Amino acid sequence: MSPEKVIQKIKKAGLKGRGGAEFPTALKWEMVRKVKAEKKYLIANGSEGEPKVFKDEFILKTHPFELIEGIKIAQETIKAAKAYLYLRKDFFQKYKKKLEKIIKEKNLPIIIFKKQGGYLCGEETTLVESLEGRRLEPRSRPPYPSEKGLWDCPTLINNVETLYYVSRIINNNYQGERLYSISGGDHPGVYELSADLSLKQVLKKTGNWPNFKFFVQVGGGASGEILLTRELNQTGSGLGAIIIYPEDKTNPVSLMKKWIDFFIQENCGKCSPCREGVYRLKELLSQKNPDQEIIKDLLFLLEKSSFCPFGKAMAQPFSSLIKKVGIFNKNK
Amino acid sequence: MLQSFYIKINKKRFKARFSETILEVAQRNNIFIPTLCYHSDLKVKENCRICLVKIKGEKELKTSCSVKVKPGMEIFTDTPEIKKLRKLNLELIFTQHSQECHDCVWFSRCQLLDLTKKYQADTSRFSNRKEKRPVYKFDSALIYDSKKCIDCRNCVEVCQNQGVGFLELKGQGADIRVVPSEDKNKDCVYCGQCLIHCPAGSFEGVGEFEEVETPLKQKGKKVIFQFAPAVRTSLGEEFGFPLRTPLTGKLIAGIKSLGVDKVFDVSLGADFTTMEEAKELITKLEDKRKLPLMTSCCPAWVKYIEFYYPEFIPYLTSVRSPHIILGGLIKTYWAQREKINPQDIFVVSVMPCVAKKYEITRPELKIKGLKPVDYVLTTRGLAQLFRKYKVDLNKIKPLQADHPLGYHSGAGIIYGATGGVMESALRTTQAMLNEKEISKIEFKKVRGMKGVKRALVKIKGKSLKIGVVNGLGFAKEILEKLKENPDLFDYLEVMACPGGCIGGGGQPIPTSKKIRNKRAQGLYQLDKKRTIRTAHQNPVIKEVYRDFLKNKKTAHYLCHTHYSRKFKKGLNILPPGQY
Repeated sequence: MSPEKVIQKIKKAGLKGRGGAEFPTALKWEMVRKVKAEKKYLIANGSEGEPKVFKDEFILKTHPFELIEGIKIAQETIKAAKAYLYLRKDFFQKYKKKLEKIIKEKNLPIIIFKKQGGYLCGEETTLVESLEGRRLEPRSRPPYPSEKGLWDCPTLINNVETLYYVSRIINNNYQGERLYSISGGDHPGVYELSADLSLKQVLKKTGNWPNFKFFVQVGGGASGEILLTRELNQTGSGLGAIIIYPEDKTNPVSLMKKWIDFFIQENCGKCSPCREGVYRLKELLSQKNPDQEIIKDLLFLLEKSSFCPFGKAMAQPFSSLIKKVGIFNKNK
Repeated sequence: MLQSFYIKINKKRFKARFSETILEVAQRNNIFIPTLCYHSDLKVKENCRICLVKIKGEKELKTSCSVKVKPGMEIFTDTPEIKKLRKLNLELIFTQHSQECHDCVWFSRCQLLDLTKKYQADTSRFSNRKEKRPVYKFDSALIYDSKKCIDCRNCVEVCQNQGVGFLELKGQGADIRVVPSEDKNKDCVYCGQCLIHCPAGSFEGVGEFEEVETPLKQKGKKVIFQFAPAVRTSLGEEFGFPLRTPLTGKLIAGIKSLGVDKVFDVSLGADFTTMEEAKELITKLEDKRKLPLMTSCCPAWVKYIEFYYPEFIPYLTSVRSPHIILGGLIKTYWAQREKINPQDIFVVSVMPCVAKKYEITRPELKIKGLKPVDYVLTTRGLAQLFRKYKVDLNKIKPLQADHPLGYHSGAGIIYGATGGVMESALRTTQAMLNEKEISKIEFKKVRGMKGVKRALVKIKGKSLKIGVVNGLGFAKEILEKLKENPDLFDYLEVMACPGGCIGGGGQPIPTSKKIRNKRAQGLYQLDKKRTIRTAHQNPVIKEVYRDFLKNKKTAHYLCHTHYSRKFKKGLNILPPGQY
């Protein structure tokens, strides 16, 4: 199949990136393909760093052939000299052998790379820095990785789920599915269902609709937005995680502390709003009666002025939790 | 192709060019956008987020330091949202910085303070989170107070650019810290470029002005000040004079008003250095194996060689740096002349440099057991002293430097700019070899801000391969090339600081390419105005050589030194309270 046809097919299927940003896959491929360069690279991102997201591992475990095929298709389409399959440390240990066997059998120029950092490497340019052996920090954009990525060559970076669905699309075996990582319900796990389903339908179909009062966090277990029961007619988003929290048993402040501990751990330190803001949020949340006004200010600053998409997205869970669930009236 | 076009900033139209950033266009048109981590010498990092602006049609705010302008772009620099974000961000940045404003290198020009006022940041909203961070001392030259660091990383980058890499970034998140390297193969050379590029005043020279006050009050002490070439066209910046204003006379008068006995001019010291260096060059030209001759006026460069490239030590000229020679002459020649016990003389050098603070501690420089120079005050330090004693440079009547060690040639002045040592030495070498009066004064090929300048100079039928390295960052490449091909140069000048001494670590901040250029221009103009523009024609030089340095041994003792390989000492962390 010609590269144009491959891209056309992906476009027709309406596939969007499953790494969180939901950028149209065909467009991304087209951008890298169009750039004139001696060398191009492909990076398949299987670094799954966000809490409560399990879908990358699900693919590595159950669909390695499709994944490798997806990588191969992408590589041929953009004419990448090399592809890196970037894996979280534990995934690298668990699946390296199996994947290498497939790669070897098909004699493909794919290198499996052990992830250096944590959550941070989910950000594309940080991932590139990590591959180049540098400090784990995002790069300035522009230039975008599609123009100057790995070793300053045009680089296509796709999540492993995206590439898995590429192979399904090319094999005419895709009906608009996505992967949902569901936790906190009666039947936690990874489910493959239509991306068009509402969150409510997903929870019901998988037997996870609780019989108690609850709210959910969707996208990822740290940066995902909080949605109330009445808001579940929308479809899934981001990384596709749905986390159920029982309203009675969840202490919003504890929840925020959990998030903030994660963001403290996974903070690169580059820009002041995120570095200082997160530090001060943690400080505030450990106080008995934190000043809500300051918390709101910090979240506003994070969202509007952080350097990278991670810093910007960080405000979302806090802001939505405060707005929808309220935190301090229940903290008694 | 259209080269320029219009953009709108805050609803006003401005001409802009394709390669420019929003910040550059704004600064060119005097539109204020606050910056902290931005420095025109360095890469754009977008770390501090203070320069965020709104671009019409763009969802997110953008950093004006990084975004290039496009035709028709409409920019807003000060919307209520931006103001609020700046206020909040400043509250965070400010509380990771321990204030110590009274002796800060930024003094009255602190951007942090100005911005907190401008945006009404409430700096009491958070507690200072860096209170317990350590203070480091880099030998006798620099103090790095990590309590003040705002994590912008300018120092790390500039230290890297200097080819030193002593300052490193460690840790992650809020625990990120700039630390001196523990690697035994990396050491500070005291150039002070970190200080010049730090927006938060985390670096300062050791001591600064307080220690000068004691000898001034001591009875029976003769306090002698001598000031470096570069100081005269930069000091004015501390007091709001236009760039490159020469303040020689006012500077001397100001120093005198502090109760100083005599003020001499290091430019005369430079003339001595030129004389000795020209002689050494001529001798070494006879034996090509001893070439290239490398300058050694810059103590940071000397330390760099001694630490990083000791194999090149034999190539460094043994001639002492200008203020060390003059200091030595003050305590011998002048002391004898004035019948003063040299032990009663306290020599203070006002230098554009912090490495000079380290240089004066080198034991091999002692003259009859005495340090030629007792104290080094930076240009900034002198300004602080002037402010403390309310010396008003606007009103003060200019004075001339004292006789006889105040008289100098034009060649002595241009020592303060990159290429100046080379040019001065060439003027005199040419004359020494030609025996008649020289024909050429200006060697324009060695001037200017290029990193490496190369030229062929014809002297007495021979062509001399000369090189000028402007900024230590370019030295490594040249030294590596010299290892392979020692014939590459016959004579090499290296100055650690970009622009030479006028861009030194002791100079007023801010310093930028534009400012360095102006300071250098000021020096070249002063040179042009001098009737005597070569060292060997300086009557004081003639007199001192005739009366005092007549035997070679004395001349060698006072004007030459030696070098040795340096090893890294342990890190010096100052205990709390001692600083």
